[in-house]
Amino acid sequence: MRRLYADLHLCPNLNDPKHVSALINKASELGYRLIAIPLPPNCTDQEIRQIQKLCAEARVDFASRIDLKPRTPNELLSNLRRIRRRFEIVSVLCDSKNVSRQAAKDRRVDLLNFPPTDFRNRFFDMAEAELASNSVATLEIDMHLLLTLEGPTRTRLLSVLRKEAGIAEGFHLPIVLSSGASNEILLRKPVEMAALASLFDLSKESALEAVSKNPVAIVKRNREKLSPQFVAPGIRVVRKGKDC
Amino acid sequence: MDAVWGAVGKLYGEYGASKSGLTMIDYDAEQGFAVIRVSLVAIDMARAALASMTRIGDKPIAVHVVSVSGTIKALYEKIKR
Repeated sequence: MRRLYADLHLCPNLNDPKHVSALINKASELGYRLIAIPLPPNCTDQEIRQIQKLCAEARVDFASRIDLKPRTPNELLSNLRRIRRRFEIVSVLCDSKNVSRQAAKDRRVDLLNFPPTDFRNRFFDMAEAELASNSVATLEIDMHLLLTLEGPTRTRLLSVLRKEAGIAEGFHLPIVLSSGASNEILLRKPVEMAALASLFDLSKESALEAVSKNPVAIVKRNREKLSPQFVAPGIRVVRKGKDC
Repeated sequence: MDAVWGAVGKLYGEYGASKSGLTMIDYDAEQGFAVIRVSLVAIDMARAALASMTRIGDKPIAVHVVSVSGTIKALYEKIKR
């Protein structure tokens, strides 16, 4: 079966519709069939519809995403209560141990992100992986950093990513590779992203799953949960009315 | 080609670059296509190195692998299609 490739972290300038359109078209040209763009918490339905229209023209499926950057676990919980049902993907930037533990435990969080260059505040360890493996959280790795960083910083990042990818694989925690691209130059084909993942010893099969099966599964699961027919996992409303 | 060698060398060092066997076969500046030969064991290494290129000199660029083939004839036929 042909793989469906997804990029869950495209970062265009939302104030510039031409830029948004150019990035979406480039993603479609490179073979992505599903993309997600982080939106502000106060974005309107009209803005979402506009982006959906651009994606439909480029023949790409669009998933709405929000990036949370809470300072405390309580702030994370209150944000999740407010926004979970409004966005298809929730990502949390974990820059403190408490926030990362809470995010890993919480079944409303889809993606765990860690500070890219602040290596002391990357708390993805075995305890975190164990918590995440018991919920639905997935480790997200933004690949644009491997393109923009150079020298010792990139070497250190690769070393950290190798360790984290190894921990994630050990706990059977899914990994998602996203571009994090804010312009077309930083976008790469899915197979090229998988090739870049070999730099931190992710196997080819795992890397291809990280750009296809894993992100698509997240969106599919959440769309099912957010649909009006959803009652509980495995239970949905098929028909309503007097004579069912 | 220097930029490609530089990218491979940066990521994999001189030892890794020596295993790749990179050779330029063809280059079309107008279309922006190049055909590069690489050893079979180093295909993924070359893909990663090409993907990691973000500039040549001062010019920002992005390199995408269009197709991979065992023979040059089959490669050109794939590209035409």
